[in-house]
Amino acid sequence: METDTHHSKADADAAVSLRGITKIYESGVAALGPFDLDVRRGEFVSLLGPSGCGKSTALRIIAGLMAQTSGEVCVVAQASVNPVRQSIGFVFQEPTLMPWASVRDNVGLPLQLARMSRDEANAKINQVLSQVDLSEFAEVYPRELSGGMKMRVSLARALVTDPEILLMDEPFAALDEITRFRLNNDLLDLWRKLRKTVIFVTHSVFESVYLSERVVVMTQRPGRIGEEFQINAPLTRSEDFRTSAEYAAQCRNVSVALARASGERPGR
Amino acid sequence: MSGGHDTKPNGASARGRLERRLQLVLPVAVLVAGIAIWYLIVRTNELPPYILPGPGAVFATLIEDWPILWQSLAVTLTTTLQGFLAAAIGGVALALLFSRSRWLEYSLFPYAVVLQVTPVIAIAPLLLIYLPQQLAVVACAWIVAFFPVLSNTMLGLNSVDRNLAGLFKLYRASGFQTLRYLRLPAALPYILGGLRIAGGLSLIGAVVAEIAAGAAGAGSGLAYRIAESGYRLNIPRMFAALLLLSIAGIVIYALLALASHLMLRRWHESALGKD
Repeated sequence: METDTHHSKADADAAVSLRGITKIYESGVAALGPFDLDVRRGEFVSLLGPSGCGKSTALRIIAGLMAQTSGEVCVVAQASVNPVRQSIGFVFQEPTLMPWASVRDNVGLPLQLARMSRDEANAKINQVLSQVDLSEFAEVYPRELSGGMKMRVSLARALVTDPEILLMDEPFAALDEITRFRLNNDLLDLWRKLRKTVIFVTHSVFESVYLSERVVVMTQRPGRIGEEFQINAPLTRSEDFRTSAEYAAQCRNVSVALARASGERPGR
Repeated sequence: MSGGHDTKPNGASARGRLERRLQLVLPVAVLVAGIAIWYLIVRTNELPPYILPGPGAVFATLIEDWPILWQSLAVTLTTTLQGFLAAAIGGVALALLFSRSRWLEYSLFPYAVVLQVTPVIAIAPLLLIYLPQQLAVVACAWIVAFFPVLSNTMLGLNSVDRNLAGLFKLYRASGFQTLRYLRLPAALPYILGGLRIAGGLSLIGAVVAEIAAGAAGAGSGLAYRIAESGYRLNIPRMFAALLLLSIAGIVIYALLALASHLMLRRWHESALGKD
């Protein structure tokens, strides 16, 4: 395991820290752990692993959507006293929109549930819709949108509460490659601008290396941390980075680690 | 229909138009053919009206007896509407209660099934003994009609997308908020499907109860008119009343289908175009 000497993991700097998390399903299947993870504030971390390794489970446990069997989850709550401001935003693999509600109402759902006034909510919704380039589509219903646009709506909904931490569960896996590349770039732009802590679950080596500052490779079920990689990349990445030798080399390293973690023979 | 957007006369839209026309023309053709055959049978066999009246005789009776028939129709429709409203409110409310409490569901749902599978014609005479007549008739309509609303609403309330439910949990939605903004809208297509069935069923329930009441010599609804006309061998009036009942059933169904379409057209697959 590579040691991270660059950043000290002082508690004040941590956004999420997991200690010895395990998850055993009622069926007796051990899905996860023990699993430890520390994520700094503002960091972009990818959890990469073979399917069924428990990476989505880990994300759901961090979000509180699922209870761990044992271990400790610490999510740094915002110091803010504003109850509308949620510390976590979650983006699912599917857009998970309410088909009966317009884009505006879908994005505004977290605010509505927090009983924010209509005017105040609308201002926030407009702002976040312009961030994801969907301003003209506020009154449209989800069925009229393409897959990529639905995903943007989902992202906008996660951002509308201005969360400290953004959890993303293979959000672009079902999209075609061109759309995925575009959304990758848009996500990076947003991350640079908003400086959220992002934990991004994916099974794509290329996506994880392209997006992250750090890639955490998980082992076959029950998922543990295999290896970690600090990604060397310019802060503003572009399509140039995608074709660089630097990128290819890092992808290769991560690939080898992933194969090892999946139980395949190394060096293939 | 998109007026002014016929710039591309493609085969698909032309075929769609043809299909829509066929949907209208074919049933009408069958109706006309049926009436013609009916007429011919009566005519060639020289059947007297007290055996089988011809279409002309039925139509004439419909006009002639309109004041009586109209009054009876109004009575039956009122009963149907009351039964339908009771079924709609009762079915949805019961489903909501069941979704709040497993105990209640386990205790009561089997009896809802029992009510549903017991033929209402067998229950009606008993209800007529123990309840005032109008209440008994509405109760029959309710018994027949509430079950599809109940079971569809239960199904709908449990058909919520798991991840959407997770999202509501993440944002700490209250139980009421989850019901109001997630479970009820998700259940709406199912509820409307149940109501569409319930509309026709409450008419059937009302008619069955009226016939039972008619057997006891009381009543004024259309079904009672049918029973009474039967005793008096006024067969044309029986047919006229039957015709009115059928039309009432069709109109009820069409209205509910229209209401359902209007409520779902913005988002639900069932109400969207097939292209």
